[in-house]
Formats: sequence, structure tokens, C-alpha cells
Amino acid sequence: MTTADHYRWQRFTPRERLARFAVFLGFAVALAASMRTVEVIPEFLYDAPTQVLDLFKRMWPIEYSYYPEGVHHALVETLHIASLGTLLAIVMAIPVGILGASNIVRVPALNWLAKLILVSSRSVNTLVWALLFVAVFGPGALAGTICIAFRSIGFVGKLFAEALEECDPGPIEALTAAGAPWPSVFLKGFWPQAAPAFWGIALFRWDINVRESAVIGLVGAGGIGMVLDTAMNLFHWDRVALVLLSIFSVVIIAELVVTNIRKRII
Amino acid sequence: MSGAEAFCRERPFKVNWPVRCAWFAAILYALYAANYLDVSWARFVVGLGNGATFLAEMVPPDFSRWQLLIDNLIETVEIAIIASAFGVLFSLPIGLLAARNLLPSWVTWPARTFIALCRSFHPVIFAILFVKAVGFGPLAGILTLVFASIGFIGKLFAEAIEEISLKPVEALRASGAPFISVIIYAVLPQVLNRFIGFASYQFDANLRNSTMVGIVGAGGIGGTMFAAFQRFDYDFLAAILLSIIGLVMLSEFISIRIKRVFQ
Amino acid sequence: MTTRTGNALAAQPERSLRVEHLVKAYQPGKPVLNDISFEVRGQNSVAIIGPSGTGKSTLIRCVNKLIPPTSGAVFVSGENISRLSGRALRHARRKIGMVFQEFNLVERLTVMENVLCGRLGYVSVWQAWRRTYPQDDIDRAFALLESIGLADFVHQRADSLSGGQRQRVGIARAIMQEPHVLLADEPTSSLDPKTSVEIMEVLVQLSEVHRIPLIINIHDVELARRFTSRIIGLSQGGIVFDGPPAELSNDHLKTIYGGEAWLQ
Repeated sequence: MTTADHYRWQRFTPRERLARFAVFLGFAVALAASMRTVEVIPEFLYDAPTQVLDLFKRMWPIEYSYYPEGVHHALVETLHIASLGTLLAIVMAIPVGILGASNIVRVPALNWLAKLILVSSRSVNTLVWALLFVAVFGPGALAGTICIAFRSIGFVGKLFAEALEECDPGPIEALTAAGAPWPSVFLKGFWPQAAPAFWGIALFRWDINVRESAVIGLVGAGGIGMVLDTAMNLFHWDRVALVLLSIFSVVIIAELVVTNIRKRII
Repeated sequence: MSGAEAFCRERPFKVNWPVRCAWFAAILYALYAANYLDVSWARFVVGLGNGATFLAEMVPPDFSRWQLLIDNLIETVEIAIIASAFGVLFSLPIGLLAARNLLPSWVTWPARTFIALCRSFHPVIFAILFVKAVGFGPLAGILTLVFASIGFIGKLFAEAIEEISLKPVEALRASGAPFISVIIYAVLPQVLNRFIGFASYQFDANLRNSTMVGIVGAGGIGGTMFAAFQRFDYDFLAAILLSIIGLVMLSEFISIRIKRVFQ
Repeated sequence: MTTRTGNALAAQPERSLRVEHLVKAYQPGKPVLNDISFEVRGQNSVAIIGPSGTGKSTLIRCVNKLIPPTSGAVFVSGENISRLSGRALRHARRKIGMVFQEFNLVERLTVMENVLCGRLGYVSVWQAWRRTYPQDDIDRAFALLESIGLADFVHQRADSLSGGQRQRVGIARAIMQEPHVLLADEPTSSLDPKTSVEIMEVLVQLSEVHRIPLIINIHDVELARRFTSRIIGLSQGGIVFDGPPAELSNDHLKTIYGGEAWLQ
């Protein structure tokens, strides 16, 4: 192999190693620079365990008696915001997803338009969407619902478009060759193939939306977050604990429901 | 093509009644929920009017306070970098400990519970608690995002490990390799690509979320943005939103490049 | 290289495997292996034949405790494996090379990395992580790959190889361990007939060159007869035949496999 006494073996070519080294170095430098300049007060970090413990002490005992009076209605409202927001998102995401699937709509400009809608929906955080819609619609569940819906379009639409693009072209060609009108091609060719993925995506998003709609109330967009905000501002930590516990239970239940339904439909 | 003629003449597809009922129920539910939430068309239209003024006030975006904007953006990026670094660092072992095909249940059970706890609360809630615990500022944001990262990557990484082929693992165990060497040679090569994918996705997510945790006082550009909202400073707000979107796009571009190096 | 191995061999006791009264029962009272005893020493290749599900794979895996035996003892070059655990077991496993039916290579690593995997029991975790193996190991790996005709594939990923090539890599990995006994679990079952013969040739030849006793699980009686000097017939968890291939008669095969129509 070589004229040298020994065989040489190295896992990567020098070029590959250089690229990897550069990436690692970049990470290390960025991390070091961030650690140096970020304004962290170390005393606060050392103090954290005591503070957390103090927080938990104030949370205990949980004020369960507040649930019927102050929490239940908000919790139901949260679930409605999540569900209605998801439904709205589904209705809006289907056309956008179809526009975005390059194997259905063969106009690049429309594909790009759809991609733009999807990206802007996703790159703005839920809480930021909530702020925007509170400014537009005023505080309350309406802003929350629209916020959840807008934020979900990007997620559902993107994954739906991908599911459509992965469809097997065979049956679609057959339908097109048979001269079926476009809506029939979509309903009988694409939809049956993409439907399981679509419902899976929608369910998954609903699960996420339950979590998100629990916090958008912090900026005034309705639901249990508003109760949380009030309780914290008044330092009612035992109520805060109750709210957190309620959110936790609902989130767990939602996840269980989704897992069970997914098992059945997929 | 006789099948196609039949397709047009009769209905070869049965009407799927359960699905129709489900659609109907969904519509009914939507009406009920809209009523419950007091979501009405009239309010929507009024809102649209507000929205128009709102948008009008956002144009043109006001970049005159760019110094503050840049400082805040840098802090946001720093929070995201530190949180991602530690989040990825911790989620690697935790994800490994949670993989049920490699380790006994007394190890995986605590790891899985921890991951589930990290996942079940929205980052904002963590942020609130950490702000109470360590005070206002970026530290709370970093801690929040570390936990969020562990919840996300830890779970996906554990699932990825549970899907690997155990054959090479058996072979290396049979050759007397130490457990860690088995992990390095038989497990990591099978999941490394996916792990890098999760990690770079999580970096993007952390960047997006670090713009959010500021809203509750955990550092980064979110605080300034929230303040701009409350002061009806909508042209500055527009500038902030545009810079956030630009930042997120830039980081997505970089992460695509980095993934290529590790292909 | 040869002198080094030669000297090392002279200093060591003869390489051997001894299995004594081995019993394995997954469910109590229903043993899969019942009181198995045999001994292999020196340059000897042994085929274990028997129908599927008769515990051949379990037997092989009980030897290196991938599956813990219920009772009985296994000695490799005189060392009792069955009582070991933890680090001692790992060190004992280094002396047992294993070749698998489905090769069990790490698909995403290169051929060389896969072969060097055989040294993982000897190098530290840190060396393994950095891929800095002793030059000696790398030299031996190259020589080994050359001798089995894979010299041109050193830098290729394992998943780009054909079945026969993969199994060669699997064998090279086992030989790299410098084992005292080589176990092969149905090494040819995933291969076509021609490649199967080639793989058997490589196995037997390498075990002879490196003087490692070879034990092969195999259901193909013809291959067993052609390549090994001793056959152990397993049926319903017990040894029903143990002797040279010439003595293996159709009657024996009938007891081992049952029926006779297939013997024509």
C-alpha cells in the first residue's frame, strides 16, 4: 500500500477532518463567547435551589377548593380554544397544503406563495401571535382561538404538503389518464393516500395546541393562562400550584387520548 | 379503460357514513365552541378593522433604535447557544438512559419520567418558575430552554435508539467490548445522523423560543418586544419582528450547511 | 508477525473449549438444552447439526454467556467462563470469537472500523472513541483483509458490500480478537450456495492458519461433512451423535432430523 513500514489508516480524509474541526471550533468559540458576555449573576445560580424550595413551600398545600370557582371554567375554555383553533387551522391548512404540494399544483409561483404563508406562520412564536391578535381583537378567547389557528396552519400545512408529495403517482396517473376531472383525481387519488397522515398530523397538533392554549392567557388571549397570571400577580402560590396541576393533568389526558386514537386510525 | 367509465356511471365508492357523521359532529362542535367562547362574526369584523390600523401603524418599521435591537438580538442568540449546548449535552446521556432496548427498566423508568416532566409543561411556564427562582435575566431563559431541549431531544433520541438494529450490539458484546465502546461503535453510528438533525432543529427552536421567554422576563429580545407592545410602539415592534424572522432564517441556513459536514 | 504469534502460542496452554453438563431452560422444567458435554481442542473444526429450534443457537450463545446457562460449566482454555461476570466476563469473551448468521456488522462504519471492532475489548474507551488503535492491530487488520481478498474495500462502508463480503468482514472481526475458540452461528444461512462454500473455506482455512478450534452451527449436512473433521448431532436438546463425518449414517440423520423423505 505504501513504501513505509506500516499501513496507515485514518477514519476521515484530512479535508473532512478539517471541516469537522472547523464546526467544532465554531461551536466552542460561540459557546465560550456567549458564556463570557451573557449577563448571568452567579450568586443567583447558587441561590436557585433555596429559592425553588421556598417556592414549593409556598405552593403547599395546594388550594383545591379554588377549582370549581376559579379554574374549571377557564380550563374548559382552554380546551375549546385548542379544539376550535385546530379545526380552523385544518380548514385553512388543506388549501394551503395543496398549493404547496409541487406534484399537485405545478405552478412554482403558487408553491412559493404557499411556502411563504407556511414559513411565516411557523417562524413567529405562539405567544407573539397571541400578542398580535390581542392587539387586534382585544383580550379574550377570540384572540386566543385565532392565534392557535394561525400558528397551526404552518405546522399542519407543511406536513400535509409533504404527505401529498410522497403520494404514489401510480393511481393518480391512472385516474388522470382515464380523464377524471381534477376534484375527482384529488379526492380519489391523493386524499386516500394522504388522509391517515393528515389526521395523524392534526391530532398531534391538537395535542400541542392544548399545551400552548394553556399559556397564551399570560398575554391576555383567554383560557387558564389568565387565571395563572392573576394568581401569580397576587402571589397566591397555592392557587398557582392548583393551576399548574390542572394544566399537567389535562396535558397528560390529551396525550393519552391522542395516542389511543392514533393507534386506532393508523 | 372500461373501469373509468364505470367510475363515472355508478358510484364504485361507498358513502362512508361514519366519516360523514364525524364531519357533521365537528361542525356542530365548532358552532357550540364558538358560542361558548363568544367568538362571533361581528367581533371578527370589528377586529379586522383594528387589524388594518394596527398594520398601518407598523409601516414603516422603525430601526432607529438599532443599538438596542442588536444588543437584544445578541443576548437572544447567546441564550440559544448556551441552552442548546447544555441541552444537547444532557439529553445525550438521558436519551441513552431512557432507551428500553439497551438498559433495564430500573434505569429507563426514572429517565423517562424526567423527560416526560420536561415535556409536559410549556417552556413559558418553566420560564415563569425560573424567573421566580433565579430572578429576571438571561439565566432564567437559559435554564428554561435547557429543560425544554432535554424534553424534546431526549425523547426523540430515546425513540431513535429503540429503533436501531441490535445485531451489531450483540456482536460487540460477544467480543468483550466495554459497554461504552459498544455504545460508541454499535449504537451511535446508527443514530448519530438523526441526533445531529434533532440537535440542529432544537437550536432553531431554542432561538425561536428565546425570543418568547423574554415576555415573562427571562432575558433576550422578548422583553423589549413586550414593552413595545404595551407602549403601542408598533413601528419599533415591526422592526423587532422582522429581525427575529431574519435571525431564524439565517440560523436555518447555517444548520443546513452544518448538517452537510456530518453527512 | 507469524513469529510473534508462534512465540505467544508456545508460551500458552493449548487452545480449547470444554462444555460440561450444560443445561438451559427458558421456562423451568422445559430445558432447551439438556446435559450437553463435549470438548474441542487444538486445530479441530466441529460442526453442530440439527433441525431448527433444537437449541443450536442457544448452545453457542451459552458458551460466551450472551445467554446465561441454567446450569453446567464452560471452560475456554481451562478458564471457567460460567462463573464470571462484569469485567472478568468481558475479558473472557475476548477469547471467544463469534461469527453470526446475519453478519451483525455496523452498517454505517467502514470495513476497517468493523474489523477493528474485534479489538474493542483490548483498547480503552478513549482510544476507541478517538479511533487510535495500536499500529500492530492496524497492520494485522490490513494483512487479514488482504488474505481474504478485501484489501480494496478497506475504506468502504459495510452496507455497500455483498453478503459474502460482509461475512468475510465478520470473520475477520472475530479473528482480530485473537480468540482461543471461534464460534460460528449458521454462517452460511444468509448466503447463496456458491458463496456458502467460499465462506466455509475461509473459515476453516483461517482457523487452521491461526490454530483456533472452530465450532460451526450449521443445518446443511453436506457442507458440514465436506469441511469439518467432527460432527455433533443435536436433537431435542441432547447430543445424539458425536464423531467423524464418515461415521454419520442415514440412520443417525433420521434420529437427528426425523423423517426420511428428504434423505433421497
